[in-house]
Amino acid sequence: MTAQATLPRHAGAAAAEAPLLSVRDLTLHIPVPPHVLRAVDGVSFDLRRGETLGLVGESGSGKTLTALTLMRLLEPPLDHLPRGQVVLDGQDLMLLTETRMSALRGHAISMVFQEPMTSLNPVMTVGRQIAEPLMRHLGLPTRAAMARAEEMLRLVGIPDPARVLRAYPHLLSGGMRQRAMIAIALACRPLVLVADEPTTALDVTVQAQILELLTELQREMGSAILLITHDLAVIAETAHRVAVMYAGRIVEEAPVAELFADPRHPYARGLLASIPRIERMPPATLPEIPGMVPGPAERPIGCAFMPRCARAISGCAAEPPPLAEVAPGHRVACWNPVHG
Amino acid sequence: MVEPLLRVTGLEVHFPIRSALLRRRTGTVRAVDGVTLEVARGETLAIVGESGCGKTTTGKSILRLIEPTGGSIRFDGEEITHHSARQLSPFRRRMQIVFQDPYASLNPRMSVGGILAAPFEIHRIGDAKDRADRVAELLRTVGLPPEAARRYPHEFSGGQRQRIGIARALALRPELVIGDEPVSALDVSIQAQIINLMKRLQAELGLAYIMISHNLAVVSHVADRVAVMYLGRVVETAPREALFFEARHPYTQALLSAVPEPVPGRRRARHVPQGDVPSPSRPPSGCHFHPRCPHAMPRCAEEAPASRIIAPGHAVACHLVTP
Repeated sequence: MTAQATLPRHAGAAAAEAPLLSVRDLTLHIPVPPHVLRAVDGVSFDLRRGETLGLVGESGSGKTLTALTLMRLLEPPLDHLPRGQVVLDGQDLMLLTETRMSALRGHAISMVFQEPMTSLNPVMTVGRQIAEPLMRHLGLPTRAAMARAEEMLRLVGIPDPARVLRAYPHLLSGGMRQRAMIAIALACRPLVLVADEPTTALDVTVQAQILELLTELQREMGSAILLITHDLAVIAETAHRVAVMYAGRIVEEAPVAELFADPRHPYARGLLASIPRIERMPPATLPEIPGMVPGPAERPIGCAFMPRCARAISGCAAEPPPLAEVAPGHRVACWNPVHG
Repeated sequence: MVEPLLRVTGLEVHFPIRSALLRRRTGTVRAVDGVTLEVARGETLAIVGESGCGKTTTGKSILRLIEPTGGSIRFDGEEITHHSARQLSPFRRRMQIVFQDPYASLNPRMSVGGILAAPFEIHRIGDAKDRADRVAELLRTVGLPPEAARRYPHEFSGGQRQRIGIARALALRPELVIGDEPVSALDVSIQAQIINLMKRLQAELGLAYIMISHNLAVVSHVADRVAVMYLGRVVETAPREALFFEARHPYTQALLSAVPEPVPGRRRARHVPQGDVPSPSRPPSGCHFHPRCPHAMPRCAEEAPASRIIAPGHAVACHLVTP
């Protein structure tokens, strides 16, 4: 096999700057006797300053495990399984001791989770939870950290920040908790924010507010965002580039407009076609992708999408296709991609 | 005028709030607060709204899984609001429900065949052989192989489990099926399969659906008519196209403008209301939406607007909207 999963090195405004976060061949193979679950299977991508990369996939695609792996948040016994490189601002996170890593987490790179209630500390005031990383990472004295915490709450659009500062998480509504969570994650102005389904648990009117907030804060702080979601509409409105995951691998990556206009991977194409859209004359039936995501035991040796794919050819069963560039910045892992 | 299959008038479900210590009644949650709806045979009415708007409670109280505290439910011309369990039994066959979470709503210790045969056993229909035939027929109807009968729910994926949930709902040949977020827990590619299945079954069996959902894009593909709820009340009801393209209630407009569009670069001008949905235990006075409404007038805080018909089948409860 000659095609390599190399990343574009073309000249251009985006490529001129070295990536802030560079993930190479990230792998998490979990032994589930008698099988091995290839949960994350050679994932590579770059994230640049001020950029939002949407990582989209259905349940079991490995998108959340990719995030937890690169954040070094896997719990034992999974924590020693990942392989690959996660280079943030010149240093490989995978090689750091846990002490060094926890000095970076919440400081240089931080994460927002889907369910703020389970990730906020229920017995610590909201203010204290925002101030804590400021004191720990930036060495701010308590008073200054609390003042900054109040400022953060105002920044994320929480009304009456002085009151919320002293409140416990359970007193806040779902939307307010997610805002508080974002305030904690952004308090130290991280280089990279990993947001895992940050709006999935929220109502649609609140979701719209939170997505707008993330975009605004990004403009202000210049952070890069890795936005993980199953919702392609959220990606369309928020991300600059998209990587589509299927069965542990990135199957297609492209600038957002290009991926939506010209998806080359049959899975990406099928996924986009199957989203219901609000239109005057909806089709009588929605395009479906037949079958379902294969379980760990059923995953083929070759392309994992082959059993569901209408474009499968004889070579698909033999070997998984590499992620190869089909246009500048547009990579596809398919032996028989759709031609645009 | 033809009597609709279902006519719900002024439905109320009020839950008491009791103090922790003395169990004294300290307040009331008006989960459903005067809901009026109609469903004709063979049509799909969607009930949409955000969490806490009362859409699920409305659905469950129509089936009397939650007892209404007021109003009237008429099914096929018969008032069933106060029917005893025995009187209700024949109606229970004709109205069924499909739940959001196919993981939680199927008994893990029963085989799929057992789950699907249970409705026949409860209603004493057929003998063992006859029931087995019916189970096989149900599985075929929802696109599962007959061998599925011998397997258990955990052996199936989410989409397949939802097919089992639908098969169970169809066992007694109901006329009305209430779907409570039936595709919300499913992945997009599977969601399309289930939506298509439900539409096909409707066409084949002449079913009426009440589709309860927070997902407006899904609703736009299945509904003939849509009712929008906010804090226990219906604020707007309209035929599908009018609701999505000529919505008149400021809340409906806000809800629609908040829906993200799967089209890059076409971010619409947003009229998203600020703040969260208030708690249904302390709803705002007058029109419940007034604190978040960009067009609120003093009157909106004082007086709840009555629902007014502005076009055939299109009713709006808003002081701003006049026919």
